[in-house]
Amino acid sequence: MSWAKRILRVNLSEGSCTEEPLNMDWAEKYLGQRGLASKYLVEEVDPKVDPLSPDNKLIIATGPLTGTAASTGGRWSVITKGALTGAIACSNSGGFFGAELKFAGWDMIIFEGKAAKPVYLLIKDDAAELMDAADYWGRTVWETEKGLKAEHQDPQMRVASIGQSGENGVKFACVVNDLHRAAGRSGVGTVMGSKNLKAIAVRGTKGVKVQDPDAFLKATSDAKAVLAENAVTGEGLPAMGTQVLMNVINETGALPTRNHKDVQFEGASDISAEAMHEPRRSDGKPNLTRNGACFGCTIGCGRIATIDPNHYTVKNREQYQIASGGLEYEAAWALGAATGVNDLDALTFANFICNEQAFDPISFGATIGAAMELYEMGVITKDDTGGIELTWGNAEALTTLAELTGRGEGFGAEIGLGSKLLTEKYGHPDLSMSVKGQEFPAYDSRGIQGMGLTYATSNRGACHLRSYTVASEVLGIPEKTDPLSSDGKAGLVIAFQDATGAVDSAGLCVFTTFAWSMDNIAPQIDAACEGDWSVEKLLEVGERVWNLERKFNLDAGFTGKDDTLPKRLLKDAAKTGPAEGKVNELGKMLPEYYSLRGWTDDGVPTNETLDRLAL
Amino acid sequence: MKITIKLFALLGKYLPEGAVKNQIDIEVSDGASVQDVIHSLSLPAEHCHLVLVDGVYVAPSERDNKTLSEGQALAIWPPVAGG
Ligand code: SF4
Repeated sequence: MSWAKRILRVNLSEGSCTEEPLNMDWAEKYLGQRGLASKYLVEEVDPKVDPLSPDNKLIIATGPLTGTAASTGGRWSVITKGALTGAIACSNSGGFFGAELKFAGWDMIIFEGKAAKPVYLLIKDDAAELMDAADYWGRTVWETEKGLKAEHQDPQMRVASIGQSGENGVKFACVVNDLHRAAGRSGVGTVMGSKNLKAIAVRGTKGVKVQDPDAFLKATSDAKAVLAENAVTGEGLPAMGTQVLMNVINETGALPTRNHKDVQFEGASDISAEAMHEPRRSDGKPNLTRNGACFGCTIGCGRIATIDPNHYTVKNREQYQIASGGLEYEAAWALGAATGVNDLDALTFANFICNEQAFDPISFGATIGAAMELYEMGVITKDDTGGIELTWGNAEALTTLAELTGRGEGFGAEIGLGSKLLTEKYGHPDLSMSVKGQEFPAYDSRGIQGMGLTYATSNRGACHLRSYTVASEVLGIPEKTDPLSSDGKAGLVIAFQDATGAVDSAGLCVFTTFAWSMDNIAPQIDAACEGDWSVEKLLEVGERVWNLERKFNLDAGFTGKDDTLPKRLLKDAAKTGPAEGKVNELGKMLPEYYSLRGWTDDGVPTNETLDRLAL
Repeated sequence: MKITIKLFALLGKYLPEGAVKNQIDIEVSDGASVQDVIHSLSLPAEHCHLVLVDGVYVAPSERDNKTLSEGQALAIWPPVAGG
């Protein structure tokens, strides 16, 4: 139990919704969510498929702990072949949508085919039906969510939808639920848009059953106590949010600035968590209104923010004079340091637009950074931008382009290509700060060596959430390692990758691991689910998932040569800070990584490795 | 000698008056150690988790011996994380 043991298969071409049993043999090997849905994708989709063709599938997946009393047990993911990357994609979101889907009695929804005209899926417990979305197509996430709740007279309905960006083929469109929680990366919203699927609206009243309620209550209570007593999860994250990292990473000399030209940003403190707490001169209120939490979460790292009503972005625009999803660290970095913009309200506004129109602020900000560099070089001109001065630090350029990208208009349509295609188009592909087509998040791998290997080997393109070695290399969790040394980082990256694979397959938030070890997680899964779930078994699930994703990518045409970083990080030394003079030592770490993984020198899992993992 | 101190997150409240953007230059005696400065600012030891001098980590065991030089920046955080 704890799985609902039911899948909803939706054939958009035929307009059919059918129930089928969850494959429990696979659940035993892949647990749920990221792992289990990846298994379905690998079994059902040709890895060479065009991500935007009807033959690609889009899977909405919960984990066994989604919707339970486990802290942070509200996570859900979108699994597909990513539009931005052409690699396997798994984008994880929080909020309340995932738990609601589970309450309705479904572990997963598999969308296949393509609807002839825009539709949305309506689920009320067992009943599932495709509905005409003509009234919602062309509308934002915020309008769609409000409209669906009003139309069905159900304020408790939970909605996940795409904005205009996903309809218009912005390569890094995401799926947003509960107004400002996002399955953000790799263009999963672009795939959803290509299927003419606007939204999923769900209402569930059935609840979730766990295997051993008494043991589960004890395991989850014990684990919640660990979160509450830990200084990071009990105090730091709720008070400061992830944005506390802005000054940390800047001091460490690993804050990628102006498209990774620099590693420290002179405006970092202006856009930091500390700045979000400062009362403004104009109205005496801080940018941060309050913290927020996803379903069942006892950490509450979310930021709810308000823009100064006199700021140019929202003046006379009442719809944005609201408290809504504020800046998290990755978004603040991409919209700010990557572009050189230090106007906190401008960044908050751009972030609002990313939520409203459902596109990834990391890829968006990083692509603006690349475009700004091309503009400063004279390669992109005002003729290209429609008159926008794309100079470093220009806040108005950033916010204007956020709105244009959301609507797919003007130069925003070019930003919507993502940095890889944009820089290729203008003849400077080296200036795309990406791996496998996906833009880097907020850590410069010249100053945090393990993150270079993390990015290079990530199965969904550059990503910090696949192995967050920053925790060890900078923050000392669980143990401090030297960020400037590449020694031992191959093993560290693998340990993080495998543990994260298990957490992402469980229905839990990876931020719990700042306090929880696998010893805190395994008893919760073991009590909730049938079968025996030890730490060892969970780590094996993580390793299996990693190799499964890797195999999909190899079959899709990626090779070991794609496990690399842009030249800038391998050849141009950091100019300031502790990493001054250093490049990323990927060449040293990668062979060791392959060997420890049980892969060939070319990065292909050996037959022994595949056999050992029953792949 | 003069050094810059930077106190972040929940340690911000220990900043001497006049600090701007979580930092301020202060006078310390020549050869002062990291631990001397932590002590002089009355920072609770358990909250001094991440201690950086010019961006480089100073482990708890090294704080007594790590002496500061003129113009260096000492930045301190309580336990924090993000991502
Ligand atoms: S820690 Fe933050 S992101 Fe994770 S579930 Fe809680 S509020 Fe959501």
